[in-house]
Amino acid sequence: MFAACADPKSLEGLSWLFCYLTSAKHVGFYWSFLTVLLLLAITAPASLGMGFLGATAARSHIAPVSWLGKIYIWMVRGVPDIIFFLFFVIALDQGIEYVKSLVVCDGGAWPWQGMEFRVCPAAKVPLAKSGPFWHQAYGFLLAVITFAIVFGAFTANVIYGAMNAVPRAQLETAEAYGMSRGQVFRRILIPQMWVYALPGLGNLWMILIKATPLLFLLGVKDIVYYARELGGSKTQAYEYPHGDWRLWYFLGLMVFYLVFTRISEIGIAKLTRRLSHGQATAGGEALRKAAA
Amino acid sequence: MSMTCWETVQAYALRSIGIGENLLPRSEFTLCQQFTLIGSGMIWNLYFGVLALAFGFFLANAIALAKTARNPWIRKPAEWFVFVFRGSPLFIQFFLAYEALVMLPKGGVDILGVHLNTSWTTRAWAGALLVLFLNTAAYAAEIFYGALKSIPKGDLEAAEAYGLTGWKKFTRIEWPTMLRLGWPAYTNEAIFLFHATTLVYFSGFPAFAQKGDALYYANYFADKTFNPFIPYPIVAFYFICLTLLVTFVYGRINKRLNRHLPANTRSKIRLRPQLIR
Repeated sequence: MFAACADPKSLEGLSWLFCYLTSAKHVGFYWSFLTVLLLLAITAPASLGMGFLGATAARSHIAPVSWLGKIYIWMVRGVPDIIFFLFFVIALDQGIEYVKSLVVCDGGAWPWQGMEFRVCPAAKVPLAKSGPFWHQAYGFLLAVITFAIVFGAFTANVIYGAMNAVPRAQLETAEAYGMSRGQVFRRILIPQMWVYALPGLGNLWMILIKATPLLFLLGVKDIVYYARELGGSKTQAYEYPHGDWRLWYFLGLMVFYLVFTRISEIGIAKLTRRLSHGQATAGGEALRKAAA
Repeated sequence: MSMTCWETVQAYALRSIGIGENLLPRSEFTLCQQFTLIGSGMIWNLYFGVLALAFGFFLANAIALAKTARNPWIRKPAEWFVFVFRGSPLFIQFFLAYEALVMLPKGGVDILGVHLNTSWTTRAWAGALLVLFLNTAAYAAEIFYGALKSIPKGDLEAAEAYGLTGWKKFTRIEWPTMLRLGWPAYTNEAIFLFHATTLVYFSGFPAFAQKGDALYYANYFADKTFNPFIPYPIVAFYFICLTLLVTFVYGRINKRLNRHLPANTRSKIRLRPQLIR
């Protein structure tokens, strides 16, 4: 990357370390932190959306819709989430390829034959000839969908609980004022529920942060992948030979997560304070007294 | 060679701990084989979960108490312990622990003339158990700490009025009340610790001689058959059963802890979401 690093074998001390830490592979490592942040930036709103849909469905007055919402919420309970992660990624991949094979392949044979899953080459996603970027991007997309489905169920549960926690009297008052069901939902229920949902959502956000290393299991080149690759001992055949440094790389990841969760904790505490303003809760009452 | 289901059970029911048929099935993959081997793997999930919870309970009590200490030399380490284990992913903790344990000298260490063998610490049964033990201790300590903080003021004043102070007040009033208040949350912690045991063989700790947990075998079948729709639901089934069992056992303890209260003021156990740690 730098001209001074052209011949790593001749370097020593700090300049060796500097060149080592700016090698092409390390730059990939630094980018992979962005992959994690990108995953969080996409999945957090996506699972919030899924959760909102799930909770609204569970509250529905139409029985089948409400069952569907409730099943979705209960789905993730009692089963380790990692099973969903492993299951959904394969199931989604096979489902997508099967649907595509119905369109692009002749005949459209049932792909689960004995011990194989076989679709015609044209139905492969991504195509065998696509570049490594597309394989990575597809893997990332599957991971995002899986995260959104699983965390959506948890979010739905929190939001469902929060909607039920909004005092009934408030909704009845709104109905007495002649608001329609939709108006009550939009003007009273949604604005009020956040303060009840926030502790649960904050908890989920922390859990979501701590779930991001699972990207590694899903085959995405994330920070865990790079930490293992870069930390493993390198012989003289490599440009920068060193012993087994994985411990230090993982220590770095640990610090990254600790800092991240700590900052989130502080941010959530601030947000809770803001949302508690003017609410009929103990927190809101404390704020009112402090101001008076 | 095709076996009846009973023969399969005899061959593979204890495969995860190295008893019975050594060779894993390589073809056919009947439903019976999948149920038996994945169930065999559950032995490890139970082993990790039960032992980590049993040991972790005591450490959690100690740390919760240390967190309430006035002396910063006692309080600060406890706070840091909880922060580190609750603030970082269990996944990373496993990796880190494995790498750290691997670095111990291979031949063992000599301390004060006593030779200590260290190679067993990198095995999952010891190393992963240690991580799970510390992890659950941190989560449970936070629960118990919160419970200690929410003991009604009146209870403590009443205890003092009766002349109970110090250790006696703690063992008679504070500790039982702490357990009672924290128990529903602790039940959830127990359930999710069992769920977390599935991470053991997916993190740093390798499975030797194909002896793994339930998810290890489920993954084996999913890899071989390219069909995720059978093995993963089987693991899910086993874990739903396990969750029901844990809820039942902890529910009985909860009943006992609340036996002096009128029925309508008892705290009920509600399953709350907390997945990956």
